Amino acid sequence: MRFGLNRIDRVGVVVALIAAYGLVAPFALFRANRIVQGEGRSLLSALPPSLGVILLAFSVIAIVMALLRLPLFVKLLTSLVMLAMLAFAIGSAAGFLTPEGNNYARVSPGSGFWLLGAAFALLATDCLARLRPPPWGRIAILTATVAAITFVLTSGLWDGLSIIKEYFSRADTFWLEAGRHVTLALGSLAVAAVVGIPLGILCHRVEPVRSAILNLLNIVQTIPSIALFGILIGPLSWVATNVPGAADLGIRGVGMAPAFVALFLYSLLPMVANTVGGLAGVPAEANDAARGVGMTDRQRLAQVELPLAFPVILTGIRIVLVQNIGLATIAALIGGGGFGVFVFQGLGQTAMDLVLLGAVPTVTMAFAAAVILDAIVELVAPANAGRKEATA
Amino acid sequence: MRIGLPLLIRLVVFLALAIFLARPEWFASLLTPLTENGAPPVYVQSSLLSLTISHLLMVFAATIASTIVAVGLAILVTRESGREFLPLSRSLVNIGQTFPPVAVLALAVPMLGFGTWPTLIALFLYGLLPIFENTLTGLTTLPGPVMEAARGTGMTGWQRLIKVELPLAFPLILGGIRLSIVISLATATIGSTVAARTLGEVIIAGLQSNNLAFILQGGVVVAALAVLIYDSLLLAERIAARKSGLNRAP
Repeated sequence: MRFGLNRIDRVGVVVALIAAYGLVAPFALFRANRIVQGEGRSLLSALPPSLGVILLAFSVIAIVMALLRLPLFVKLLTSLVMLAMLAFAIGSAAGFLTPEGNNYARVSPGSGFWLLGAAFALLATDCLARLRPPPWGRIAILTATVAAITFVLTSGLWDGLSIIKEYFSRADTFWLEAGRHVTLALGSLAVAAVVGIPLGILCHRVEPVRSAILNLLNIVQTIPSIALFGILIGPLSWVATNVPGAADLGIRGVGMAPAFVALFLYSLLPMVANTVGGLAGVPAEANDAARGVGMTDRQRLAQVELPLAFPVILTGIRIVLVQNIGLATIAALIGGGGFGVFVFQGLGQTAMDLVLLGAVPTVTMAFAAAVILDAIVELVAPANAGRKEATA
Repeated sequence: MRIGLPLLIRLVVFLALAIFLARPEWFASLLTPLTENGAPPVYVQSSLLSLTISHLLMVFAATIASTIVAVGLAILVTRESGREFLPLSRSLVNIGQTFPPVAVLALAVPMLGFGTWPTLIALFLYGLLPIFENTLTGLTTLPGPVMEAARGTGMTGWQRLIKVELPLAFPLILGGIRLSIVISLATATIGSTVAARTLGEVIIAGLQSNNLAFILQGGVVVAALAVLIYDSLLLAERIAARKSGLNRAP
């Protein structure tokens, strides 16, 4: 390898290629109304001239910095500055492109914006992956990012963007569906934990039960989500009409109840399997020592086995939570609400801004849940074991 | 794998599935109790067999593409020249897993339009993750003495990869492909929300017309396919693991 090549960061080459393409692709899309095809506007024509030139210059500098082998901290800072600039620029593009007093025109981010964003997000991800911040550091970074996004959203900077316009025209339903989405995802997780952990302990203790239950739960996982949601409509409408009091509790054939039960059923396998796995991983010496000091089975479970298995059980909770946040979007197909409502309405009307209004919060929530729970798993796990489990 | 009752059950499942797909009308009387107001018990808008074939083709095409890319990527990041990409690719795989299928499908529509393509892309992206992760595990946990021996006999890097590393990692790679196919089989049904021709079409028709028979036949066919394919790949994996002599497949 030549001396010159050694100074080039290979990941930086990928970042630079994506960003360079992003600079020439349309930065913003302008549409006369919310459902027509957009026309692309380049970086320099989408922004007020001075801002366009500044962003272009900064992007070029950042691309060069990405290519060089600089300290990771410098690169991380560069990528964060670029992401902040992009967030500001797309907001100004909306104001700049929308004709005065026109309420129908829509401005949304174009492929150029997304590519530039992806390139610098990639750079930030690479720096973070190499810096390996400790769990608390990762939670702090996440909190700071959420705070920054909240600030931008409340500052009105993005109010001209079409996704925010979609939000303003249905702000009430947005928060209602957000609440339903969280209730579905977290509620079914809570019930699955309450049922799944004891079931896992039972499976661990009683061999014949184990394969039967795990096989059954494996089969449940193979039923496609939209079918399982649908299949439960029947039984639940029977319960609603025949069990006294069920209907008063809000149990209906369609709506949240079948969605809740379906998510619960999908959640059981990771909960039970990880509890069994965690308990099976408890070292025999620990159990022998516990028996040696005269602990009863119950004491041993509470004081030795469960604490040692806890990180693995927590990993199960992480899998379930991320999976549930995603699957809860399907609930909209059976009238169960959640962010899927916007996604499917948007697909029906071919209004992509509306799709984004549902998809972006879902992805953000799933991502945040993954970061937080990975960090917690690492915090509770013994120094070495944690790393592996958290990424598995 | 135990031969006997489980194998018998699988054979029965396979035969039942084959008969149902070939002659669904024979099952009409069985499904009629699930319908209301004289709704049709069997989906006839298009043949179940052709939907199943299109569903499977889509899953296999996407899996082949994700296998090539994921294995290639895993090989790249485990070579000396690609090692810089290892932390990034690990993080990306983890981040990718947090993207819900519905979101990926919906976001692919503006770029690719409705129909097969967004579904193929979503299946391809989801398929990458388990295969990449398993191949990476396979290639990074090779026993040291074996690698030493390969180097000692004067094999080049390329020869080591083809003759030693990949064969030893093969059972784990197969495991990744198995997971990926099972996830794709279920995810493909969601593709019908963006008008892809899969068995999801039957389920969605059932949801829209409140016809439990449709929902059930779509769901059960997909589940049966998943169980059968999962089991046959697991069998293949165990045979491969026995051949490779490294006993680390499930």
